[in-house]
Amino acid sequence: MMSDALHFHYDVDGNNFTSAGEASVQIKRMLRQMGYHPDLIRRISVAMYEGEINMVIHAKGGDADVYVEPDCITVILKDVGPGIKDVNLAMQEGYSTAPDNIRSLGFGAGMGLPNMKRYSDELKIDSVVGVGTTIEMKFRSA
Amino acid sequence: MIVYKHSVSLDPAKCKGCTTCLRRCPTQAIRIRNGKACINPSLCIDCGECIRHCPYKAKRAIFDEWDSLDHSKYLIALPAPSLFGQFANLDDTDYLLQGLIDLGFNEVFEVAKAAEMVTDYTRTYMHRMGMSHAPFISTACPVVVRLISLRFPTLRNKMVPISPPIELAGKLAKERALKNHPELTPDDIRTVFISPCPAKVSWVKNTPADKECYVDYIVSMSDIYFRVLSKMDRAKIPGVTSQSGMIGMSWSSSGGEASALMNDHYLAADGIENIIRVLDDIEMGHFPDLKFVEMNACPGGCVGGVMAVENPYIARVRIRALQRYMPVAQNHVILNEDEPIPKEVLTVEPGEYSSAEILDADRMRSFRMMSEIERIKNLLPGMDCGSCGAPTCRAHAEDVVRGESKLDDCVIRMREHLRELERDDGK
Repeated sequence: MMSDALHFHYDVDGNNFTSAGEASVQIKRMLRQMGYHPDLIRRISVAMYEGEINMVIHAKGGDADVYVEPDCITVILKDVGPGIKDVNLAMQEGYSTAPDNIRSLGFGAGMGLPNMKRYSDELKIDSVVGVGTTIEMKFRSA
Repeated sequence: MIVYKHSVSLDPAKCKGCTTCLRRCPTQAIRIRNGKACINPSLCIDCGECIRHCPYKAKRAIFDEWDSLDHSKYLIALPAPSLFGQFANLDDTDYLLQGLIDLGFNEVFEVAKAAEMVTDYTRTYMHRMGMSHAPFISTACPVVVRLISLRFPTLRNKMVPISPPIELAGKLAKERALKNHPELTPDDIRTVFISPCPAKVSWVKNTPADKECYVDYIVSMSDIYFRVLSKMDRAKIPGVTSQSGMIGMSWSSSGGEASALMNDHYLAADGIENIIRVLDDIEMGHFPDLKFVEMNACPGGCVGGVMAVENPYIARVRIRALQRYMPVAQNHVILNEDEPIPKEVLTVEPGEYSSAEILDADRMRSFRMMSEIERIKNLLPGMDCGSCGAPTCRAHAEDVVRGESKLDDCVIRMREHLRELERDDGK
């Protein structure tokens, strides 16, 4: 389906808290260069940043792949972390399993997945406990 | 289309084509072409980093020179708050104000005075807009305003639309002079801002055509520093009295403007790389509780401007010492509930956003170009050495695709070609 898409790959470093968001910043610049609407770019960067942070907090990092097609941008975040036990519960605003030391940094407000859903046009979560989580988000360009 | 006027220029005779400014430019606006640094005006934000770092002093800021001012006019000095931190033994700001008069100014109007009013207007604006509109972003630093306009389009409506202190200072200074001197006409008066940075020059030059600009000349702080130094006389009791307080003076360094708003949920960042990072974080929703954001492109705030004479950290300490004997504020603007913020204090609404970085107006074309950029980037060594004239290998790939340079301008690739030729010869 995405054979003609531009593909960008990023390693999200799980040991470095401040590196989360770097992929999002780089994607943002490229989308600006391709003339996408600022609101679309913002939606993607917020959702992708939430995903990156989640991978750093819960899964010691992972892979971020972005496929850009002229009218649709797909972001796939893949980790080999602990997996999500109850996806429906995790989708609720305010629900968080983040440990206290993470919360003390101001993260873990339980808005990660809800924000990813809010800002994307399509969200697919494929998670197996003990194996890992793959999140696919689609953003359509009007 | 409006052409943006800049205030950084190059002395080609001094430029060696080294890669210092190339690497320092935060918007990748510089390329070395034909051995000289060229600035892309649509990307330059006038931050002055290239001036600050040029080892050959080839980058210059364009200012009005003291000698070139029309001295037949009634000249009003508008000293930036940061000016007061430049002098080693200044224990009372009035000596400096008197020094400016003795230098040849007819009058002095402290920008710090206007800054105190901007603080009040900003507080009123934030209160009226409500905190659901937060974070509010300061518009005092022109570099930040231009950076947001070019690169952070979704934050444009977060900028506080209150004129920066120098604009208000110029306006009030002219009004005061006309009132006190009925013999003067508006054309007899010229306001002269004493600036720590070139960005203010660009800001004045780019005043929209339908808006009046109240600052007539901008002289550099270093130009005035040496001239006024010899005029300041401790033995003479100053005939001028400061009309600003701690709040106005605090605008000289990072955090001053924000802390004056009496709201603890603020962030004050300084240094161009740091503010870009902060803006990216805000755009990604990283700081949900933030109410006010103060950003200064120069390290330490305005005291770190490239035309400042003194080390910014020393200047900051001196200003703190001066503030100790000042009232909190000498200027207050209290508006009634239903009284609007005066129109002349508000800035012009930003125009339609257009991306300065866009590859091509046609989506499919820019899409193909991006694909080509990625392909070429992978052919390059990734050393970001700058020898090709672009700041990074990726930027070089972009230039190649835009048709502005050739792939084999890469010296590392050329070296490999040469080695291959040598190998072939050896066979």
